[in-house]
Amino acid sequence: MNYLASIGSYAIMIKEVFKKPTKWSIMKSLILKEIDELIYGSLGILIFISFFIGGVVAIQTALNITSELIPKNLVGFATRQSIILEFAPTFCSIIMAGKVGSYITSSIGTMRVTEQIDALEVMGVNALNYLVFPKIIALMLYPFIIAIAMYVGIFGGWFAGVFGGFSTSADFIEGVQLDFIPFHITYSFLKTMVFAFVLATIPSYHGFYMKGGALEVGKASTTSFVWTSVVIIIINYILTQLLLG
Amino acid sequence: MIHVNNIHKSFDGTHILKGVETQFENGKTNLIIGQSGSGKTVFLKCLLGLFMPEEGSISYDGKIYKDLSPDEKRSLRQEMGMVFQGSALFDSMTVSGNVMFPLEMFTKQGKSEMQDRVDTVLKRVNLIDAHHKYPSEISGGMQKRVAIARAIVMNPKYLFCDEPNSGLDPRTSIIIDNLIKEITEEYNITTVINTHDMNSVMQIGEKIIFLKNGLKEWEGSKHEIFKTDNKAVTDFVYSSDLFKKVRQMYIEERN
Repeated sequence: MNYLASIGSYAIMIKEVFKKPTKWSIMKSLILKEIDELIYGSLGILIFISFFIGGVVAIQTALNITSELIPKNLVGFATRQSIILEFAPTFCSIIMAGKVGSYITSSIGTMRVTEQIDALEVMGVNALNYLVFPKIIALMLYPFIIAIAMYVGIFGGWFAGVFGGFSTSADFIEGVQLDFIPFHITYSFLKTMVFAFVLATIPSYHGFYMKGGALEVGKASTTSFVWTSVVIIIINYILTQLLLG
Repeated sequence: MIHVNNIHKSFDGTHILKGVETQFENGKTNLIIGQSGSGKTVFLKCLLGLFMPEEGSISYDGKIYKDLSPDEKRSLRQEMGMVFQGSALFDSMTVSGNVMFPLEMFTKQGKSEMQDRVDTVLKRVNLIDAHHKYPSEISGGMQKRVAIARAIVMNPKYLFCDEPNSGLDPRTSIIIDNLIKEITEEYNITTVINTHDMNSVMQIGEKIIFLKNGLKEWEGSKHEIFKTDNKAVTDFVYSSDLFKKVRQMYIEERN
């Protein structure tokens, strides 16, 4: 019953986010601030992780090719498929649930604890629109960093494959170009857009409706990370079944 | 004037407010006192419209809050100023930004016009020199004064303060009390203050309401509080030796 009640109040929250918009002149600066915080601020960690994961995928694939019958370009092919289909959209979103999600929950939760949200409401401000809407809009740019993660991940695979002596540059690039299906990119970005919405709203929900003090802010951040990850994984399964199944 | 008519409020089956009835007049500082858990904060949040009473009503100059449309409620809230216990300043904004926030949100004034208004209220609370600082860079007393400046920047009709003296030294408390009282008279605001501080009661309490177990136990002025025989009030107000002596001196002086 508790889960149902939470789903219900989450739906009500989403409805409230789009009601009574904040003045555009203020909203514009809030959106730019969130883009800086959520998108630009996450670029470094996602580039770092993508590069090394791409490298590990290439090495693992190369080490598991034991038969002479398997073409050498499989390293590039497997790296591309892993990065584009799952690593960049899904794995990066789980990382973002930890980085961005806990930031959102703790910042909104702290505002709740220190009565800043009450202050907004007393002034007649739609606090949900003021706090959550800019985050949703900022995270609509999330596919751009996922696109960068895809490029960097594949580059990491090439780097590790070629300089580690597991593949030649020609074989790797041939594998990357082999049997390329453009719809896989569409599928990946569709997932990313849905995950972006989840990343903006579930942590906001946990922060906005939290009760208690500093300890509860920490607990809310942890709960928010767990639920954001769970929802991302479930949606990933459903979208994969619907779009590729 | 705020008229509170028999309000009841419960949380998870616990009856917090059990039929509070009173009124707060314009241009007066009204104090709500009572022990922790007596329902003071819930009462103040009901007055602010943050909690909706299950029974009874609250009217602001004749407008019954529960009968207003959502837009009318928002407009009414823009006529309210609130000073929170912990000041509730926005950490990401400077002192000036905090005070300007309601003007930016709800008025169509130009930047220079808004800045003039912000400077006026910051001068009024003696904080013009700290306009560029962030809340974390100023003292608790200064934060309270910023909160007061933010609360009055829109020329509110109603000012609510939740324990404005908590965490402040006695001298700063007196400064804050006097500032609230002066602003109340200057702008003819209906001010309601939730407090534990007996110094405030004696200093600025034009009307005092004593809440006990969610009910209004007593109401009167700071002069009447010296004469009351209500045991719950005297036990609460004169719990310290200092105030016992003050009361004794007052009675002797009267006789």
